[in-house]
Amino acid sequence: MKPAAFAYARARSVEHAISLLGEHQGDARLLAGGQSLIATLNMRLSSPSLLVDINRLPDLGAISVTAGIVEFGALVRHVQAEQSETVARYAPLIARAMPHIAHPAIRNRGTIGGSIAFADPAAELPACIVALGGELEIAGPHGRRSVSAEAFFKGMFETELGPHDLLTAIRVPAADAKTRAGFAELARRHGDYALTGLAACARATAGGLSDVHLAYFGVGTMPVRARNAEAALDAGDIENAVRAIATDLDPAGDLHASAELKSHLAGVLLRRVFRQLSEQPT
Amino acid sequence: MSIESCPIVLTVNGETVIENVEPRTTLVDFLRDSLGLTGTRTGCEHGVCGTCTVRVDGTIVRGCLMLAVQCDGARVETIEGVSDTGEIADLQENFRLRNALQCGFCTPGILLTAQELLSRGGMPDREAIRLHLSGNYCRCTGYQAIIDAVETTARQRTGTNS
Repeated sequence: MKPAAFAYARARSVEHAISLLGEHQGDARLLAGGQSLIATLNMRLSSPSLLVDINRLPDLGAISVTAGIVEFGALVRHVQAEQSETVARYAPLIARAMPHIAHPAIRNRGTIGGSIAFADPAAELPACIVALGGELEIAGPHGRRSVSAEAFFKGMFETELGPHDLLTAIRVPAADAKTRAGFAELARRHGDYALTGLAACARATAGGLSDVHLAYFGVGTMPVRARNAEAALDAGDIENAVRAIATDLDPAGDLHASAELKSHLAGVLLRRVFRQLSEQPT
Repeated sequence: MSIESCPIVLTVNGETVIENVEPRTTLVDFLRDSLGLTGTRTGCEHGVCGTCTVRVDGTIVRGCLMLAVQCDGARVETIEGVSDTGEIADLQENFRLRNALQCGFCTPGILLTAQELLSRGGMPDREAIRLHLSGNYCRCTGYQAIIDAVETTARQRTGTNS
């Protein structure tokens, strides 16, 4: 299991990376943390002619909070987010998801931007960004643009990113005292891709929850919002919400779990996450 | 930008290494094949098993998911270096005493991974040890003895009584 030969270039700037991608007509790939890409190269599932290494680009590795928005540079490593007090306080959903993302050695290298750009349907961060109503900043040959999370994910491993584009930043609304976050997943081994997982956020109200957002992963080609279950939880009815999952989700079975099992687990996770959303201090 | 060999300069276990590497050479293959440091193992070669774990600039990484060419300017440490400095002598001794290895294939990766957790200080509970080692497969021991050895080392280093 060795990669096919490729050329290697180290990008000096975002613009340089984009021009290198352009010169290779869609046959070049960006190398960020490499924790998915290099595995696919080793297995020869992919054999690009050029890898453009963006790991040393300046200015893409910071986490900041400005005017109610938390911004992650695309090259923020998972471990950085996991250990960040800013993330724990202002992006608690992402903080809750972090320990479930692969294993320590992989979190030391893998990047937030890479995980989102790769768009594995069973990955945690895409679902978190969809639940939070986040926004992705993309740099391309014609300048920069911002795309909502729901418009960004288009299908299995398919996103709004074109062959000459680079994801530069991820933005989510900063949590305040009324923000609630919930996260749970089931995997055969801790850190493996989930059989089924759920990222959720909500607003605490006097009587319960409002603005509940539920984004499932591992149950479709991309993160799936469970809108009927959201409405049921807005109305405070967990039993109805669990029943609504049957209409919200239509998972396909895979090697690891049948469709029936995934549907069942989706209900189990909803109860766990509802407890998390309800239990946090007001 | 070249498909041909690229020059890299790095330190491996404290020694400066100057080599030419093909871009497609992974760090673990470079360490084993070019430098003869065969304590680091190639297992699954897609990031699942953890046998290729090494330290780059002080943190553990999968040697199969990083390219040697990316390590230009980096500080790489393998099980050979970490053994020679005595940094994990107590952990190794506890593995021996508790029989926490049988074939030994996974052991270098597990030692480096455990050391990362232990070096943070504090007394991790068994669950924290399990979570930190979740990315390292051992097909011989059933893990209990490994958790025991790491726990014992943590207790000794922190002066915590059992």
